[in-house]
Amino acid sequence: MKRWMPFEWIAASRFLLEGRLQTLFIIGGVAIGVGVIVFMAGMLSSLEANFIRRVLTSQPHIQLVVPDQVARPLRNGGGVIEDATIQRPAQRIIPMNQWPKIRDQMLAMPGITGVSPTLSGSALVARGEANRAINLVGVDPATYFGIVPIPDYIVAGEARLTSEDIIIGTELAKTLGATVGDKLGVSVVSGRNRVLTIAGIVDLGNKGTNLRNTYVALRTAQSLEGMIGGVTTIDLTVADVWDAEIIAQQIAAMTDIEADSWIATNAQFYSGIKAQIMGNTMIRVFVALSVAFGIAAVLVVSVIQRSREIGILRAMGTSRGQILRVFLIQGGLLGFLGSLFGALMGAAGIIEYHAYTMQPDGTELFPLVLDRWLFIDTALLATLTGLLAALAPAVRAARLDPVVAIRG
Amino acid sequence: MASPVLRLEKVCKSYNIGQPSEVEVLHDIDLILERDDFLALMGPSGSGKSTLLNIIGLLDRPTSGRLFINGQDTAALSDAELTHLRGHTIGFVFQYHNLISAFSARENVEMPLLVDRTFLSPAITARASALLARVGLERVMNNLAMNLSGGQQQRAAVARALAMSPDLVLADEPTGNLDTKSADSVFELLREVNRDSHTTFLIVTHNVDLARRCDRIVEVVDGRIEA
Repeated sequence: MKRWMPFEWIAASRFLLEGRLQTLFIIGGVAIGVGVIVFMAGMLSSLEANFIRRVLTSQPHIQLVVPDQVARPLRNGGGVIEDATIQRPAQRIIPMNQWPKIRDQMLAMPGITGVSPTLSGSALVARGEANRAINLVGVDPATYFGIVPIPDYIVAGEARLTSEDIIIGTELAKTLGATVGDKLGVSVVSGRNRVLTIAGIVDLGNKGTNLRNTYVALRTAQSLEGMIGGVTTIDLTVADVWDAEIIAQQIAAMTDIEADSWIATNAQFYSGIKAQIMGNTMIRVFVALSVAFGIAAVLVVSVIQRSREIGILRAMGTSRGQILRVFLIQGGLLGFLGSLFGALMGAAGIIEYHAYTMQPDGTELFPLVLDRWLFIDTALLATLTGLLAALAPAVRAARLDPVVAIRG
Repeated sequence: MASPVLRLEKVCKSYNIGQPSEVEVLHDIDLILERDDFLALMGPSGSGKSTLLNIIGLLDRPTSGRLFINGQDTAALSDAELTHLRGHTIGFVFQYHNLISAFSARENVEMPLLVDRTFLSPAITARASALLARVGLERVMNNLAMNLSGGQQQRAAVARALAMSPDLVLADEPTGNLDTKSADSVFELLREVNRDSHTTFLIVTHNVDLARRCDRIVEVVDGRIEA
């Protein structure tokens, strides 16, 4: 017996060790349950990370845009509306009012980790006979690359943006038959045009984005759009991507700027993730229930098997509370030990699955995400489940009449 | 004058109280056990011996009457207080399955001390070893209880009953499951402890020969003590 262990722990561990086979089976059962939880949760986290990576590769967490222009109803001198029919005006690109002030506000706001003013507009790009409508994004590389890590997705050339450079997507490069160093003619609706050199070709993981998005220096875009010193949007990153919508609402409330979070702009994807989380939670609940019933069944049998020993313990001065704790500890230990093996099984399963499921090009299908909190939470959940499952048998053991128990 | 170790006054015990099947199994039991007493409790099966033993051992409560341990009236004590009093003043030796099989002989003897003090200490281990040596089990003290012979198990049970230096040891057929030689040996051990430690013993037995070797014999017949 260990000197540092209190009586209840000694008795609980010995009872479990004595019923070795029974203990092994139930730990095995708990381990399988926990393994399923870890595997499912790990898969979900990995898939979530994969979706988020794909969705947020080419877009900021929050984008501040100039609110839509609206037409005011015509009123007479007394404030009475004379003509209630309002035609929605065509939206033209206008600069964001007081954008440096808004940028500074954003920089000071908690939860926001990156701020980058940009200018977005439509343009036409031409190379020889080929031409394409594009979305021209003028960015400050120093801040923007912290929000959309374009250098990480460069497949040819480099992420260089001087006033003469343009970065285009792989699909556009294919359509135009262009490569790094080639010249492209870029013109906007107002008639302004520039000849820019392809500095890099980027693959943002989305065909449409790779065909449409092009990146130039902010000053180049301002010059082309005739909006010197102006920006149309401010892109933000936040510390926790799941807080993006809340922060966006806070920003909208404190400024007269429209704030669109990635959650709002990808509502369908977000609800899909939510459904997955809900499904995963349900699986956890049912697995935890089956684990709880398994532990409870084993301990109920143990109480019956050990009723005489419980009686002897009671006769030698063991209190009801001590008996209660002996069985609660057994439940907790079964849950905890099962969770340790289960966590190992689940982690091994997901690592193996991750290694087995590759894309045709040999790259990983999804990033492997094994958060240590998943293991800590699962161990706590299993231990708590074990304790709760042991409650009824433990109360039964503690309430045993020693006379009846000794008689067997 | 010191209080007797045990005093029963008009103790009655009934079961199924208030129901048609109500039955009184003990009627007005008066009994006094002084320090050093070595008493045999005899009686036919169903006479109420075990019920009386359970009441004396504070495992059960009388329906009426009073029970004093070392002069302390136990009627008003809570379950926790009774458990504490039982642990500190009464030792038990049962007939069957006396030891906890998951533990060694030494650990079984350490158990009452561990229950009382929570953590194992060198003093507890030393006491358990000394008690087992006293009952002649020093060579098998680390064997699991289930690997001991019946006689060895009863000896270990005697050592365990003495672990808390109780004033009273209750032995329910301590030799009933043993061969004659082992039974005699265990009985002599109880007698020796009684002489050396002045511990009071109340032994339930059907064995008339053993009972005759006790200082006193009390017979229970139909729930009454026969003179």
